[in-house]
Amino acid sequence: MFEAIAFYLFAFLTISMFYITVTTSQALYALTALAAGMIFISAFFFILGADFLGAIQIVVYSGAVMALYAFGMMFFDTTRDVKEKQGNNAIILGLGTMAALLIVAIFSAPIISDNISAFYPMTAGAGNTQEVGMVLFTKYLVPFEVAAVMLLVAMIAGIVLAGKKMDISLTLTEEDEIRAMREEQEKEVS
Amino acid sequence: MEIGLNHYLVLSTILFAIGLVGVMRRKNLLMLFFATEILLNSVNISFAAISHYYGDLTGQMFAFFVIAIAASEVAVGLGLLVVWHKRHNSIDLDKMSTMRG
Repeated sequence: MFEAIAFYLFAFLTISMFYITVTTSQALYALTALAAGMIFISAFFFILGADFLGAIQIVVYSGAVMALYAFGMMFFDTTRDVKEKQGNNAIILGLGTMAALLIVAIFSAPIISDNISAFYPMTAGAGNTQEVGMVLFTKYLVPFEVAAVMLLVAMIAGIVLAGKKMDISLTLTEEDEIRAMREEQEKEVS
Repeated sequence: MEIGLNHYLVLSTILFAIGLVGVMRRKNLLMLFFATEILLNSVNISFAAISHYYGDLTGQMFAFFVIAIAASEVAVGLGLLVVWHKRHNSIDLDKMSTMRG
């Protein structure tokens, strides 16, 4: 009973928040609605018993990703609207729904055939975080390490792309060039 | 009334449709990134639901990797967007149709 109430409440909230994100013309409204939607999604994870996933969802999405977006928005002139080209809304809506239905068909095909058995069944008497740790650090250790390397690559790429003059290596250039660059910079400031 | 797996899959479908409409309709690149986040999250919900109703942890593991991929995608994408905005002073998708630097 309570599960049903919680499900419908959070489903309504999530859908309305994401609808606002997609339709609003203000970037700031979209950002805040997206952050709220992420938090509401974590509620589903808590209902489903995936506590660790819910906590990660809050920490990563509404913490790290939203901070990155807010930081990125400072670079852009968000008060100026980008002109949205108004296409045929009915066609777009139809295409979107059709594609989503296709996704469900793909998902439900193995469920309907009903020959799924648990690959890594949950251990009795262990909390969700414990179970996740046991499976992640035994069966999924290699993907875990690959994901760590991927995050490192993404971090370095972000720093190099967004930083100033990061494409010039200071260790490989001569001293004179660096001095000339610095003098040029000081000239620009003064 | 019992909440079953189908409820979660239908919810995931609706969110996925919202995200797809966002991807197709918006011309502001920042909004395009937001819509991508919605798509990834809707898939995460169905992963967690299937994981719960089948007593299998594989779905949650995949959700973790999806979150990691989303985080790195945002970092690289925003970096590229900042560079593009510095050069062209716009984040309009239609002006990006030519691949000149």
